[in-house]
Amino acid sequence: MATSSVVNRRDFLKTTTAGGAALVIAFHLSPRAFADDAEDQEEKTPNPFDAWVRITPDNRVTLILGKSEMGQGVYTALPMILAEELCVDWKQVRIEQAPTNPKIYDHGTGGSGSVAGSWLPLRQAGAAARQMLIDAAAKKWEVSPETCKAVDGEVVHGHPPRRFAYGELVATAAKLPIPDLHKVPLKNSNDFNVVGHDTHRFETGAKSTGAAKFGIDSRPAGMLFAVVARCPVFGGKLVSFDAAKAKAVPGVRDVVAFETKGRGASTTGGVAVLADNSWAAMQGRDALKVKWDEGPAAKESSEELRKQFLASAAKGGNALRNEGDANAALAVAAKKIEATYEFPFAAHACMEPMNCTVQIRPDGAEAWIPTQAPQWAQAVIAEAAKLPPEKVIVNTTLMGGGFGRRYQADFVMEAAQVALKSSGKPVMVLWTREDDMQHGFYRPASYHKMQGVLDANGNLAAWKHFQTSTSIAAKWSEKGMNDPGLGEFGSGATIPYATPNIRIEYTHAESSVPRAWWRSVEHSSSGFVVESFIDELAAAAGQDPLAFRLKLIGGDRKIPLLHEPKEPPLDTARLKGVLKLAAEKAGWGQPLPKGQGRGIAAFYSFNSYTAAVAEASVENSAVKVRRLVYAVDCGRPINPDGVRAQIESAAIYGLSAALHDAITIKDGRVEQSNFNDYEMPRISETPVTEVHVVMSKEDPTGIGEPGLPVVTPAVCNAIFAATGKRIRRLPIRSEDLA
Amino acid sequence: MAISFTLNGKSQSVDVSPDMPLLWVLRDTLDMTGTKFGCGMALCGACTVHIDGEATRSCITPISSVAGKKVTTIEGLATDESHLHPVQQAWMEEDVPQCGYCQSGQIMSAVALLAKKPNPSDADIDDAMSGNICRCGTYQRIRKAIHRAASTMGGKAHSAA
Repeated sequence: MATSSVVNRRDFLKTTTAGGAALVIAFHLSPRAFADDAEDQEEKTPNPFDAWVRITPDNRVTLILGKSEMGQGVYTALPMILAEELCVDWKQVRIEQAPTNPKIYDHGTGGSGSVAGSWLPLRQAGAAARQMLIDAAAKKWEVSPETCKAVDGEVVHGHPPRRFAYGELVATAAKLPIPDLHKVPLKNSNDFNVVGHDTHRFETGAKSTGAAKFGIDSRPAGMLFAVVARCPVFGGKLVSFDAAKAKAVPGVRDVVAFETKGRGASTTGGVAVLADNSWAAMQGRDALKVKWDEGPAAKESSEELRKQFLASAAKGGNALRNEGDANAALAVAAKKIEATYEFPFAAHACMEPMNCTVQIRPDGAEAWIPTQAPQWAQAVIAEAAKLPPEKVIVNTTLMGGGFGRRYQADFVMEAAQVALKSSGKPVMVLWTREDDMQHGFYRPASYHKMQGVLDANGNLAAWKHFQTSTSIAAKWSEKGMNDPGLGEFGSGATIPYATPNIRIEYTHAESSVPRAWWRSVEHSSSGFVVESFIDELAAAAGQDPLAFRLKLIGGDRKIPLLHEPKEPPLDTARLKGVLKLAAEKAGWGQPLPKGQGRGIAAFYSFNSYTAAVAEASVENSAVKVRRLVYAVDCGRPINPDGVRAQIESAAIYGLSAALHDAITIKDGRVEQSNFNDYEMPRISETPVTEVHVVMSKEDPTGIGEPGLPVVTPAVCNAIFAATGKRIRRLPIRSEDLA
Repeated sequence: MAISFTLNGKSQSVDVSPDMPLLWVLRDTLDMTGTKFGCGMALCGACTVHIDGEATRSCITPISSVAGKKVTTIEGLATDESHLHPVQQAWMEEDVPQCGYCQSGQIMSAVALLAKKPNPSDADIDDAMSGNICRCGTYQRIRKAIHRAASTMGGKAHSAA
């Protein structure tokens, strides 16, 4: 169990109940938290031939996945692990999404934790199945299992070899005793022939022909399409509505009001228009007349929030870390550097808008959901329908992006409530882009005040980091506003730069805006703040940014994470490794054409190490990012090309927040609505991106998110190198470049 | 009133409201879900189809305007699964898709580009593809895949349907 000071998913989830059934919802931000507790592992020792592996007599091997695919590549990486231990020919392998059954599977997909958390359990499951197949062959041959070997989907024995294909053995094997998972022999990593090799993704064909089915493509027989009118102000409530004109729209079948409540709801409910097709439902919604009670949040705005930030910064916050005496060092400092950094709310903007399809009958329910948390979805539908969870079949579909947004269950709650009013017919609640943009769970807005002291030798004599934000903890931690807020810093509270005096302070900001986990979560802001400010200190010290970082990181050591003391500590050797690798590959120190600059950043997140060097210039008051060179150490890469893809992706996702994205609030509502005012990077803005993957033999760690925290500071440090302008608020504004 | 057009080489007739966008006719009336909904305002390109060979955003195209025209969707690019369009083949070889949601639209835009410019420059690719958003940021691989497809197609225009 991790400390109580962070939003601990295991504590949080296991204590949350729905209709008496314990919800197993995964919320923690650390990869390992997405693996089961040791005691859960003991509970979950299913027969691998029931849970993970299906082999038919014709030697078709189907590997079953308990995690969800949102683009991050688990459909390929996880079967690779299983196939490696099972010793099957990769070409034989098919994959299948597991049914939702939290008693067997650890479904929650997030925190960059799927590979890290599944690495050992899937190896054990694959090895157990392999052992059972060997035992079955040994029994048939009446020889000792130790004299048999598994190779490419066959068990082989003797010279000349005799062999059984797995398909001939599976009926016997599945009935044999299951080996002790902790003792079953795992393959020597030197013998890996799947893991560590570039592998094409399974579902690329389906995604290139239009055949791939996302949640929005669900079409159970008799399905109705629904869109929902929601109060534009956060927390507002329905007063009354007039559906006469909506019902007159051809294709509209019904108009129903519904409520959603409880933890995880994004609104209080709304008015759903049910129709024969999406278009009719949208036209019907446009024709609705609805009166809302906007409630107290109608007074909130980004402008007011900023005043709150500034007032809190002037007062100072609660000290979460205090070693030495940073305040005293600042008071007497000869060379003191100060800077403030600001972030707006940010939306996930998954390309597939939120949607959920549910059918509720008296005896059971079925749902088709693009979800990172099918177990939570199942519990939510069970509660709404007053059914035991095992009577709720949740089909997890492909997701058109997740990024944390689809860890939520608000869109499932809504669909379940609407389905209760659709006379047993399946109903898809479809969100339009505007709904998606204006009713999300946003990356928190935050304000950081940084202060540093350099001594006469250019060493870091003091570091002080004050942050105030609309925290995730205040929304999700059981302690709410009393949560100390350490989780809001992530690795930013554990800087690798040596200093005798360090102080970290935090103050919660009040806000009705829902917020939660956005790709790389708190590291998205911490990475920018820490890696920008260290660059400012390097400049103040008159030192090269890379040399300054390496000097302050110093010798090889392991620094325990303040916010996650049970997680692997920050290993400075690995951090220096990626810094040096990125610098070398980028040609750090070599001249660039006039007007261009190079910037560097490195960060530890999700137990992985990333560094990036950016080359950028400013033309016509706009940033042009020309090249990104990444080095990444995520432990043993399962599918190295998949690792490269995730870094390329996180770079663009990070650039979207650096160059364009801001969700702003006025009169208690989101001002942006679609991609015209919440812009995405386009192909024309895409830099050449090189990713250098460290072929580590350490256990694998996160990769979906760790590429993000370094891209913005690397780019902004490059802007400084090119122009002398420091970027201290996001997104980058033309006036800050002038 | 029925509206008739050619869909992926076959004649098709639908009886829907004339202002209903082609996107929803495809997805909800005909259950052809390969064409995606992303924004509803022609801002993201996820709904791109070809109308008489031109890349078109189906989310803002009223069905009445396609009467008598030739519509090609992602489902109409390949004659069958073992005969993919060279652009689809290139997408697989470069492992372009991540979540994959935008890729039908990306591929339709790329096919239209290559039909007009069999050997596109990077600037041509930027021009033709900037209307297609990919939130997973697969742009670098999209660029590579278009160049690869151009090369396998031998610089010759390849008809989509």
